Amino acid sequence: MKNENLYKYILGIADNSLILGQRLGELTGHGPSLETDIACTNISLDLFGQVRSYYQYAAKIAGDNRTEDDIAMLRKEREYVNVLLVEQPNTNFAYTIARQFLFDVYHFLFLTQLEKSKDLTLSAIATKSLKEVSYHQRFSTDWLKRLGDGTAESKEKMQEAIDGLWTYTDELFHQTEADKAMVSEGVGVDVTKLKEAYYEKVEAVLKEATLTVPESKWFQKGGKQGIHTEHLGYLLSDLQYMQRTYPNMEW
Amino acid sequence: MSEEQVKNLEEQFEARIARDEKIEPKDWMPEKYRKTHIRQMSQHAHSEIVGMLPEGNWITRAPSLRRKVALLAKVQDEAGHGLYLYSATETLGISREEMYEQLHTGKAKYSSIFNYPTITWADMGAIGWLVDGAAIINQVPLCNTSYGPYARAMIRVCKEESFHQRQGYEIMIKLANGTPEQKEMAQDALNRWWWPSLMMLGPTDAESIHTAQSMKWKLKRKSNDDLRQQFIDQTVPQAELIGLTIPDPDLKWNEERQSYDFGEIDWDEFWQVVKGHGPMNKERMKARVNAWENGAWVRDAAMAHAEKKQDRKEKKAV
Amino acid sequence: MSTKNWPLWEVFVRSKNGLEHRHCGSLHAADEEMALENARDVYTRRSEGVSIWVVESKHITASNPENNGEMFEPAQDKVYRHPTFYDLPDEVKHM
Repeated sequence: MKNENLYKYILGIADNSLILGQRLGELTGHGPSLETDIACTNISLDLFGQVRSYYQYAAKIAGDNRTEDDIAMLRKEREYVNVLLVEQPNTNFAYTIARQFLFDVYHFLFLTQLEKSKDLTLSAIATKSLKEVSYHQRFSTDWLKRLGDGTAESKEKMQEAIDGLWTYTDELFHQTEADKAMVSEGVGVDVTKLKEAYYEKVEAVLKEATLTVPESKWFQKGGKQGIHTEHLGYLLSDLQYMQRTYPNMEW
Repeated sequence: MSEEQVKNLEEQFEARIARDEKIEPKDWMPEKYRKTHIRQMSQHAHSEIVGMLPEGNWITRAPSLRRKVALLAKVQDEAGHGLYLYSATETLGISREEMYEQLHTGKAKYSSIFNYPTITWADMGAIGWLVDGAAIINQVPLCNTSYGPYARAMIRVCKEESFHQRQGYEIMIKLANGTPEQKEMAQDALNRWWWPSLMMLGPTDAESIHTAQSMKWKLKRKSNDDLRQQFIDQTVPQAELIGLTIPDPDLKWNEERQSYDFGEIDWDEFWQVVKGHGPMNKERMKARVNAWENGAWVRDAAMAHAEKKQDRKEKKAV
Repeated sequence: MSTKNWPLWEVFVRSKNGLEHRHCGSLHAADEEMALENARDVYTRRSEGVSIWVVESKHITASNPENNGEMFEPAQDKVYRHPTFYDLPDEVKHM
């Protein structure tokens, strides 16, 4: 592939939205109220919309016959390069909100930079996505505050979810080889530079939500290299089921 | 109020409906009107949200991204429609929580069709095409029903649902034009969903209670049997067009009636499912009850937070 | 079990600038921010709006249909409030 780095770079962005969108899709019909159910599905739909734009672009770069669905559904587990954070399960609504919030803050900062990319397609996708993600961030921030500063029970659950997912936050700022190549070409975002603003924002919201900022400095990594938690395999077996069971068919 | 006064009011009330006037929440209405509407509207709302489950079952497994977003949007619409209908029902003096309670304890019914399992992807096609098709036939006349909030909710619902049936039929077309395996999957889904879809339009007129009253209040414009005939007449050509066979050996065009004759419906199966013994009744209810109970702490937290915020605001104002 | 249920809110949506906000339905929410967000997610999924108002239903004061006679009928015979009450010579086409 001529533009292999660009291709890999796009997947690095898009896989996050794919896996998170899939996780949110699991919740449709099972939320704590009809209103929140509808809201979470909206976020899922936004993310899948972004995914399609990215993969369609990636397919064009690959230049063979592959389609957005081939990229989404026919890779092997080790070839998915999403961060570990987004594949974590919907243990309860606090985990769903914590995962969303911890990702949204990053996603927003990331897209703000991607908008300045020299690659006009990526920049255009970023501009469109930024509006969606601003809303996601607003939604998850509001809910984080509600659950953090709600009842004793909700506070405990929210704190547990934040503590549980904290270990996956540092990976957001790791650079891959494709990242470095794309940054040097003015196409990619230097994620290492987002770290400070990220933790500043996250900590401020946690405080407002009367939650404690976790002190642990032990972080997990590997998603960007395709080394995932055990949760991803099951998610993929659902995601890929049709394409694997009935290969080479149109739907 | 004396008996005579009530009778007088009732006559005026019926006359208003006969003149096609709408009844609004604060208007006087006979107790029976209120109760019948609470029953039918909440049942309708319950059907929307229980109806999310069989289709929700395939969201994570949709075969392409395009299908996935369409299905997500459709199931989400059903949540929206449930919400519109619950809200409209609340104008009659019952809360959403009370309605949930009735659903969860089995006191309230919902459309029995959702007690069948969705076991292949083609079921998403069959549900959209047949179940939504039958629902539309039921729902369009309700846009003109006598109770204002119900009619307005239905107008919104019908407008939004216009893509649902197409979404399902398009899935079926793709399968019917696909590989032999795909075509078989489509035919199998049609075989399983055809009869339950016919049943969905309600028991035969001979066995249907409430019909005369419902007609008068415009909760119903046509009898169940007429609706069923309409559904069959419109659906058979759609099946033929994509090369699928309706699983009814007695199905035959009747030149004289300009309609299809069709075979006997298994009403025993219908009543069995209505009474709670369908393949998925228990699972569906369990899913709803779990969602509600697991969400209790979330809803409580949101209320507690809102109160704290309000307190802080008031303290600041002092 | 929930102790207190989310209250009911009425939602008004302006479909585009230049038009008034119109009542489009109701929903449940714990506070005003949530009501606004829920309204956005529930009632503007198909680009139905550019502006939303939400108001908790209990804050709406409504007239009672029982008083419709005294409230609204007295206006019915005030035909002089309408332009058609006044005679104009045919030659004056627009006024």
